[in-house]
Parts: sequence; structure tokens; C-alpha cells
Amino acid sequence: MADRMLMKGNEALAEAAVRAGCKYFFGYPITPQNEIPEYMSRRLPEVGGVYLQAESEVASINMVFGGAGTGKRVMTSSSSPGISLMAEGISYLAGAELPCVIMNIVRGGPGLGGILPAQSDYFQATRGGGHGDYRLLVLAPSTLQEGVDLTTLAFELAEKYHNPVMILGDGFMGQMMEAVEFKEPSSTQSADAEEWAIGYMGKRGKRALVKSLYLDPEELEQHNHKLQKKYDAMTQNEVRYESYQMEGAEIVLAAYGTTARIARSAIMNLRREGIPVGMIRPITVFPFPYAPFENLSPKSVKEILVVEMSMGQMIDDVKIGVGKDIPISFFGRCGGIAPSVKEIEDQIRKIAG
Amino acid sequence: MSEVKIFERPKSMCDVITHYCPGCTHGVAHRLVAEVIDELGIQERTFGVAPVGCSVFIYNYIDTDMYEAAHGRAPAVASAAKRVRPDMIGFTYQGDGDLASIGMAEIVHAANRGEHITVIFINNAIYGMTGGQMAPTTLLEQKATTCPFGREPRVNGYPMRVAEMLATLAAPAYIARACVAKPKYVAKAKEAVRKAFQTQIDGKGFSLVELLSTCPTNWGMRPVDAANWVEEKMIPYYPLGELKVPDQEVTN
Repeated sequence: MADRMLMKGNEALAEAAVRAGCKYFFGYPITPQNEIPEYMSRRLPEVGGVYLQAESEVASINMVFGGAGTGKRVMTSSSSPGISLMAEGISYLAGAELPCVIMNIVRGGPGLGGILPAQSDYFQATRGGGHGDYRLLVLAPSTLQEGVDLTTLAFELAEKYHNPVMILGDGFMGQMMEAVEFKEPSSTQSADAEEWAIGYMGKRGKRALVKSLYLDPEELEQHNHKLQKKYDAMTQNEVRYESYQMEGAEIVLAAYGTTARIARSAIMNLRREGIPVGMIRPITVFPFPYAPFENLSPKSVKEILVVEMSMGQMIDDVKIGVGKDIPISFFGRCGGIAPSVKEIEDQIRKIAG
Repeated sequence: MSEVKIFERPKSMCDVITHYCPGCTHGVAHRLVAEVIDELGIQERTFGVAPVGCSVFIYNYIDTDMYEAAHGRAPAVASAAKRVRPDMIGFTYQGDGDLASIGMAEIVHAANRGEHITVIFINNAIYGMTGGQMAPTTLLEQKATTCPFGREPRVNGYPMRVAEMLATLAAPAYIARACVAKPKYVAKAKEAVRKAFQTQIDGKGFSLVELLSTCPTNWGMRPVDAANWVEEKMIPYYPLGELKVPDQEVTN
């Protein structure tokens, strides 16, 4: 039977990870995600797990590297500047093909920026952030319940693709409270751990080697091709998005995460007034749902409005999907300010004319 | 007459040729680690963490589960792996650039948490793989490609005594400095490596052995001169001995 609880977002995400079978958390304090490590520090000992506070984000992501090499479900969480510090380690995790989950409760930047919610790390999340040709699977929940559900999926996908998966949230999601329901635990480790993880040398008759170094150029190129095949498979199999009120929509919003939730209210209000507006909401931002944008017809769609809590980052992906036949406009707030329902309605009205 | 084998490759050492330069003592240090792993019978439950630097390829030479870590981060990698698999024996093998420069935070905090891992720290007073740049352990007046006129304390500070620094912390159980530059020091070095691993097996906590080593290539010396230089210059600044031993073993 599923439990239904009223929880703060950060704590709900943490509990979701525990329910998903994650017993090992390595992290470093940073606002606005502190409730995740705090929750883990009291919760993980209850399930026989380990919470370890690292000396820095650099150390935490390398602890994740060490933990992930055992094949057990491991994770870390942080917020924007902390993720920047982790970028190198994330690249190593991708290069060594280690499964893990990284939660990014995004705050405003650049630099120390602020501590309030933002979506200005979209490029960093979807284009890498660290060095080398690698991709993260990036899941962008819009509600706490979706965050909880995607957390379980994140661990499963990390193991399926032997790749780090990022939950891309924002400070609103971390700090708000909402009722959530949890599922039963899925697993505590990779099903194929004995084939590749450390700790099975006796059983396997062969040691494990966890590494990302390929000095031979031919080998490194082959390794990159192997990784690329996985990213292609993700693109093929893992695209997730929601179409909201797209029936007869002449104005199409593109938004994800908390912004999509706000946009939903604006769309609901304007639909009542008879304005034909709908939304495509990416749930995976890598792989990005290009197809629903490619399929928009210039005959029926007048304009696309991209709304973000940034100066415009996801808009690049929307442009790749749409091409040049439909005009694309942008509305964004940043610095820790979310677009209001009214502001989004005003933008849509302007387009509707 | 039956043959008696008195010298052979340790079982925990891979049957491959190493890439190290003539006169380099990484091979000796690797061998000590492998011999100790064999003697303690822990090969199948040991994991090692390779650094970035000349000895990154230790993962090709020591036949246990191995990680290759990011530069300086081996103690973080080993800390987590050991926390997740406390039944295993974990060691890192790190040079002076890796451990004492870029990885100083990770080694200090792993030591301070008393992580149940063993650290083999190779101090050859220079960056090897990148071509002989100044290290935190480079001696005063010693020349390196980035201090071509010799290390000058007003510009570069002083050589860091890592073992002594870490020995000021409460948590570490065993900290020692030994030398692998000449055969006469090797037996003691092996004893220190063995004690370090034994400390971990006994559940006593963090252990580290600093091994004074040579780098003839980047020092611009012949191997014999390099070995003499360790003895004449390094040992006086980096004295050999045990700085911290598990409580019950404290003598004097």
C-alpha cells in the first residue's frame, strides 16, 4: 500500500531515493537543497545505509564515483555552484560508465548569484557542464509527486544505461510542501553488479577496473563511439514529455519544471476565455522531445512562446525542434523570480492579439 | 637436486612490463604493496585507487579491483567505496602532486574522519608525468622546470612535511615515513606498508605510509646519483620513522 504524506520537496525527493533503494548519500551543504542531506543523515542509518558529509562538492562527487563502483545505488544532491564544482567528477562518472543519481535544486547565477529558484543551469545540465563528449539523462519534474516518481525512474535509468542521471529541480520545488505518495522499493543495486563492480573478484574470477583513461587514441575513439550509442539509445527510448491542452492550440507554450506548473494555470484561465493556447512540457530535457515541436504545423500554430526562469536557454532546443517556419518568442524572469500567472497570460494575450 | 624458488612475481602483481623510467622506485613500492597483499591473503577483497600522475597505471600492475580516480581525489573515492563495502580492504597510491597539492583537502579530511583506508604516498619531490614541475614537496634550492633557479621560499614557500602534518590529527591510527631509494631501506619500508594494511584489517582506522622515492629522469640525474640524493638531501628534511602507531603498540 502506498503511503501518502505531506512533505517538503527536498525531503520528499530524499525519501523517494530511499524508497528507490538508495542507501548511500554523499554531499555537501548548499542552499536551497540542505534538507536533502539533513534528511538523509537521519534516515539512512535506519535502513542500514551511510550518510557521509564530504569536505566539498568536489569530494562528494568523487565519493559518488567510489560508491557507484560497488554497484550499489548511490546519490548526491547540490545546487548550481555546487554542481559546477562537481562537473569534473560527473564527466569521470560518465566516462567510467557508472550509474548514480545527482539532484540539482537550481538557484540563480552566475557566480554566487543568489539562493532563490532559477532554471539557469539548463545548458549545464543538458550540454554536459564537464569536459568531453558525454551526456547526462536529465529528468525535470514539475510537481513534487512527479519528482518522487522520477527519482525511482532515475535510479532505474542510471543502471539501464550505466550513466549518471540528473534530477533537475529548482528552489521552489525544494522548499514547497505538497502531498506525495511513495512506491515500494525497487532495488538496492545494479542487477548486473557482479559482472562489473568492485567486490566480486572471487566470484567472477577476475578483478574489476573502474576507469575513464584510454591513452590509446583508437581505444578512446572507440570508447566515445560506445558512449554515443548509449546516448542515441536514450534519445530513441527515453524521451518523455506532456502535451497539455494541445487540441486546436494556435499558441503553444514551451516550459518545464515549476515554470510549466505556473504556465498551466495561465493556459487554464485563457482557455476559459476561448484563447486557443496549449503547452508542450518536456519531462526529459536530455533527451529533449524534439518530435512534438517538429510536428507542429505552421498552418495551425501561430507562435510558440518559451517561458523559463532564465534569460533563455531551453529556447535553443525549441528552435532546433521547430525550425524557421513558426515564430518563437521568449518570456523569462530570473534572479530568483518566477514568472507570474498574470505575466504569462499577458504575454499570451499579446500574441493572440 | 630439487629447485627452490627464492624470488618470484607476487601473485597480486600482473605479469606485465611496467612503463617506469630506469631508476624509478615506483616498481619497488608497487612490489611491496603486492607482496603485503599476498602475505595478508587479501587479494580478492582488496580494492586500490590509482592517482593521476606517473603511477596512474598502477591499475595495470596490481591485480586487485582497481579504480582510476580524478587528480587528487583518490581518498574520497576510497572513503566511499570502503563505507559501502566495509568488508573490503581499500588503498590509495598517490604521488606528491596528487596528494599534497591538488588533493590536499581530500587527504586531510579522509585522515581526519579516520577512514578505514590505507594510503601509500610516494614523495619524490617533483611532478613526474607532466615533466618535472615543482611539487609541494620540492626541496629548497632544488631545481624544477617551474622553479628553474631553485625553489625559493619567499616565492614558493617551504617543502611540506605531509606525514608530520597528518600526524597532528586525532583520528589517524598509523602514519610512517620510509624510503625505497636504496635496498637497505626497503625491508623497513615493507614493514611500514604491512603495518599500514594490518591497521586497516584490525579495524583501527586510517593508515598512511610516505615513501621517499627517486625520479632520476626529472631530477636530471643518473639512477645511482638519484638514490644518493634521496639519502643526502631528502632524508635529513623528511626523517624516516613512525609518527603515529595504534595505541596499544606505543612503545618508548
